[in-house]
Amino acid sequence: MKLPTNWSLRFGLGLLGVLLIVALTYVVMRSGPLAPTRVTVTQATVGSLSPSLFGIGTVEARLAYLIGPTAAGRVSRVLVDVGDTVTAGQLLAEMDPVDLDERAAALEASIARAASVIAAAQGQRRDAQARSVLAANTARRYVELGAQNFMNASAVEAKQQEHASADAAVTTADANLAAAHKDTQRLEAELAGLQQQRDNVRLRAPAQGVVISRDAEAGSTVVAGQAVLRLMEPESLWIRVRLDQGRSAGLIKGLPASIILRSNPSVPLTGKVARVETTSDSITEERVALVALETLPSGLSTGELAEVTLTLPATAPALLLPNPAIRRQADQVGVWRLEGGKLHFAPVRIGQTSLDGQVQVLEGLKAGDEVVVFSEKDLSANSRIKVVDTLAGSKP
Amino acid sequence: MISLAGRDILHSWGKFVLTGIGLGLLIGVTLSMAGIYRGMVDDAQALLDNSGADLWVVQQDTQGPYAESSSLRDDVVRSVLGLPGVARAANVTYLTMQVRQSQGQGEARDGQEVRAMIVGFEPGQPGEPGYLVAGRHITRSHYEAVVDVRTGFALGERIRIRRHDYTVVGLTRRMVSSGGDPMVFIPLKDAQEAQFLKDNDAILNDRARTAANPALNRPGVPGLLEAIQASQAANHNVNTVLVQVQPGVPAESVAEPIRRWKHLEAYTRAQMEEILIAKLIATSARQIAMFLVILAVVSAAIVAFIIYTMTLGKIREIAVLKLIGTRNRTIAGMILQQALGLGLIGFIVGKVAATLWAPIFPKYVLLEPGDAVRGLVAVMLICALASTLAIRAALKVDPAAAIGG
Repeated sequence: MKLPTNWSLRFGLGLLGVLLIVALTYVVMRSGPLAPTRVTVTQATVGSLSPSLFGIGTVEARLAYLIGPTAAGRVSRVLVDVGDTVTAGQLLAEMDPVDLDERAAALEASIARAASVIAAAQGQRRDAQARSVLAANTARRYVELGAQNFMNASAVEAKQQEHASADAAVTTADANLAAAHKDTQRLEAELAGLQQQRDNVRLRAPAQGVVISRDAEAGSTVVAGQAVLRLMEPESLWIRVRLDQGRSAGLIKGLPASIILRSNPSVPLTGKVARVETTSDSITEERVALVALETLPSGLSTGELAEVTLTLPATAPALLLPNPAIRRQADQVGVWRLEGGKLHFAPVRIGQTSLDGQVQVLEGLKAGDEVVVFSEKDLSANSRIKVVDTLAGSKP
Repeated sequence: MISLAGRDILHSWGKFVLTGIGLGLLIGVTLSMAGIYRGMVDDAQALLDNSGADLWVVQQDTQGPYAESSSLRDDVVRSVLGLPGVARAANVTYLTMQVRQSQGQGEARDGQEVRAMIVGFEPGQPGEPGYLVAGRHITRSHYEAVVDVRTGFALGERIRIRRHDYTVVGLTRRMVSSGGDPMVFIPLKDAQEAQFLKDNDAILNDRARTAANPALNRPGVPGLLEAIQASQAANHNVNTVLVQVQPGVPAESVAEPIRRWKHLEAYTRAQMEEILIAKLIATSARQIAMFLVILAVVSAAIVAFIIYTMTLGKIREIAVLKLIGTRNRTIAGMILQQALGLGLIGFIVGKVAATLWAPIFPKYVLLEPGDAVRGLVAVMLICALASTLAIRAALKVDPAAAIGG
């Protein structure tokens, strides 16, 4: 009766030993340097990708106006406030005219006085003309009497001289009248100039728009060119987009754009590249494009951040790989090709990429080649690998 | 010939197996402690490996970017690229901070926080994660992130860093800082902003402060204040420039002109390892090493006592063996075989246990086969030594004790 118990005990203990050794072998092979690196593979396929460009930008107004005086002065009144819609030519603010009104009054008085001068000159002219007519008649009579020898010659000559003097007096009176007229014209022109100066201190809207800032209040002094008010045309809002120089290939005018405003990320807007700046920023290494929105959303504000995706036309069909497959070895770019269970590093030349992570492979690979995509660690040519469907940690 | 040791084990197998398992768990703890130490060193190595650099260019007189803070202008990289022997160079920023889950992704995950090292890198340049386990690399120049799986974030989730939300597009593995914090990779420009841009209140206060300065806010110079304020908000700093040298060019020959003519500090891989392992993690590593030594000594003592008490427990049986004329060598062999067997079971259980519970540790635990072999030899030696104590006691026993006592 002892023997069977003994045997089963031996068997149990042996089983325990075997189990322990199996467990040890399992953990040694599963972890540490003896364990294979798990990888996933994919096949290079031919396809075309639609590359896109991505950049961030700010909303700006294409047409914005800075309303300020042309000469230094004090603001006397500001008639509109931020947010007001104004029409072209509307009076927005006025600078202090200082003595312009008084000078205008003085000129008006001068013009009135000039009218009196004209009247006086006209009177003098009429007087001279009357004298001239009288002198002419007298002279003619004396000449006739002189011809019949009723008058001596010296008396006749005296009357003729009187006649000539009277004529000259008429000419003088004419000239005086013309001068008085010119004087009036001068004064009127001066008044008109003064009125224009007076008008110049009135700040008017150059176009229809919305007041976006009120930078000076009544009583403050501003220098020439400093803004009192700023206007912009809301219809001219567009987005100044900055794109990384290294990822801006294919940026041209007219590309369709999808725009996501920070204030409303759930509603993408559409637009179009309206202009590509010919200078790019050398410090930030960015290019600048201006994107016009197709329809302006209400309540759009300048300075708002926007994410802009520009869609380029689809490329010609080429080999495509997901971008995690592209690895670097020393100074080469390539992929790990799986051939008969062994890894080979194949240098490749890559072309365009799409925002969803597809990369064109132009050289170095054939369609259908098996290529490592994901791996648990960096690979080398003698890495032991185990191909799996997905790697740990990757959730759907 | 029958095996005395085997017969004895069969006799009291439950006790033997349970003692072996208990011993194994103790050995497992010791192996884990060694693994924690190795893991710390490996974290530092992984940080250097993953950056993919041969040279680290940092601010003069600093030991940055990992051990000290370092700040460089981001156009330094262009002058570094022009040096002979440089194959590739790229700007990188490092910033350790709490990364939050964005709001509005289901109540369970809202606001989940992870301590992570934010790495700002330029795609396709050194500093980029070398391999992924899921998803894709960053393709947009803003607001995308590749994260280490240890952060717990999943593909498609949105995480918040400072004022922007980033979409997780790729997952990677074993990308950690020297402190073991998982890494979050984001585009360089975003990282610069995250690192140097102040919060809104601070910006507003700064603006007010500048505007209150009469020298900067002059009435006769419109636009001056705006220009100064714009220049205050701009930032063009990075923490380090990672350099890859051309194959065959010694790194030191590139580092020397950088130190001499660019007035910057440059560290080679060996120097960086020295800084990280000898300076940055030195104290904590020594702490763990000290604990490991104490644990090893305590384990050895416990193993010795177990074997000793096991022998004392069957002292009457040994007396009987002696009484029937068994040779001393046979008795000594039995005790030694049992001790070694116990050690072997203990080691296997310990190794299995340590491997099984290693992934549960919050920080990386690296169980090196070399350590395991050393551990096996040490366990066997300790068992052998401990058994001599027990053998001495067994041989001294009086055969009369078998019938007396």
